[in-house]
Amino acid sequence: MLPGQAKMGRRTPLYEQHCAAGGRMVEFGGWDLPVGYGSQIEEHHAVRRDAGVFDVSHMCVVDLRGPATQALLARLLANDVGRLTAPGKALYSCMLREDGGVLDDLIAFRLDPDWFRLVVNAATAEKDLEWIGSHAALAGVTVTARRELALLAVQGPKARAKTLPLLPTDCMAAAAELRPFFGQPGGDWFVSRTGYTGEDGFEVALPAAEAPAFWTALVAAGVRPCGLGARDTLRLEAGMNLYGQDMDESVTPLESGLAWTVVLDDARDFIGKAALIEQRHVGPRRRLAGLVLQERGVLRSHQRVVAADGGEGAVTSGTFAPTLERSIGLARFPVATDGMVQVEIRGRLLPARVVKPPFVRNGRILVEF
Amino acid sequence: MSEIPAELRYTKSHEWVRALPDGSLMVGITDHAQGALGDLVFVEVPEAGRQLSAGDACAVVESVKAASDIYAPLGGEVLAGNDSLATQPELVNQDPYGQGWILRLRPDADPDSALLMDAAAYGEFVAAGH
Repeated sequence: MLPGQAKMGRRTPLYEQHCAAGGRMVEFGGWDLPVGYGSQIEEHHAVRRDAGVFDVSHMCVVDLRGPATQALLARLLANDVGRLTAPGKALYSCMLREDGGVLDDLIAFRLDPDWFRLVVNAATAEKDLEWIGSHAALAGVTVTARRELALLAVQGPKARAKTLPLLPTDCMAAAAELRPFFGQPGGDWFVSRTGYTGEDGFEVALPAAEAPAFWTALVAAGVRPCGLGARDTLRLEAGMNLYGQDMDESVTPLESGLAWTVVLDDARDFIGKAALIEQRHVGPRRRLAGLVLQERGVLRSHQRVVAADGGEGAVTSGTFAPTLERSIGLARFPVATDGMVQVEIRGRLLPARVVKPPFVRNGRILVEF
Repeated sequence: MSEIPAELRYTKSHEWVRALPDGSLMVGITDHAQGALGDLVFVEVPEAGRQLSAGDACAVVESVKAASDIYAPLGGEVLAGNDSLATQPELVNQDPYGQGWILRLRPDADPDSALLMDAAAYGEFVAAGH
């Protein structure tokens, strides 16, 4: 009945710190990472109410440099990097196949006109690098995977205040001034006001050798170490998709609650655009939306969703939401499905309410249940 | 290290079995199991009167991350499920051998005839990485 023993994966620069802190290590996207250090629910609340730190060094920082970088990303990304007119500004985007299927979702920062920085998912990093590289070569853009960098996410209402004094002096002042969804390099470090929890905070990329001391200083400053378990409940409450679970190459952004990240009405010719225009024209058959379970139980991925009109779909992500103290999920079903649906859990149909994510932002519950 | 009370018997699927004076058995999951599962958020217990065969999935414990089945260590009739767990699943984390019990069973067979481990054997089983 227990989860399988961890396979040996790659280790981040903080592996020793995780083990010393009692982290329960599991394999995730080819890496050994802590699922939690004790109570995942307490870790979740620490981020909603105070501050927590996640080791996300498995994610891959990719630098693209050269005069044609912006033109390359205008072709590779469904969101428009032309909107990044201010230095350091970031956007969230999908990278698509020709048929509109989602290759990955990522954050792109414009650091200067010839230098963009991407942060991509761990499990898709090799595929992404191959895809980006094949297009970059023609454009004369250099692509560098910054594997030597560790990446920490410090999240929560008190995360910035607790992190700022611990940053190197050459990035402290700029970090203090960062607006949401901006990032700024300082020496070998890079600080951005981004995250995957629905709370304020920083993500800090830094040389691997400096990561253990920074981690230890954060913990000493009262920032709670948090694992993958809390990361999943926090992102799901925040209504954020997980690649490989809520979307993949078999679905488009329009079927994944990500129409807001796609710019179709401009002259840009990005890969997948024609397929999305066609899909928008005929109307997507399916959509991704939130569910709040009305009874005791827990929504899990792959559970069957049945609408009142007989339409069917499936839960893509589900969990117990500590802030709402009930189960929530994301599910894909016919576009007409709304209101109350039923979810099949171990042979029984339980009612769930369809809602528009996010469920929680900045500590506040935003959905009716 | 997790706690393994000497007076209980154990299964390879990490249930514990306590013999009660009236001949019935109390069943729960071990301290090791609750630790590996993490915070429990939902427990589904069987209803009284249900007939079980040894090895039947008879209850479900769900943590934040996953759902896990609980298997009947012996065949028999369910005398009671622990209804407190409907509103307080965390009792399994806090007190796995006490208030976090899952079901009571009237066994069909002599518990000593079942292939259950004693505390020492279960300790070795866990130490071997199971």
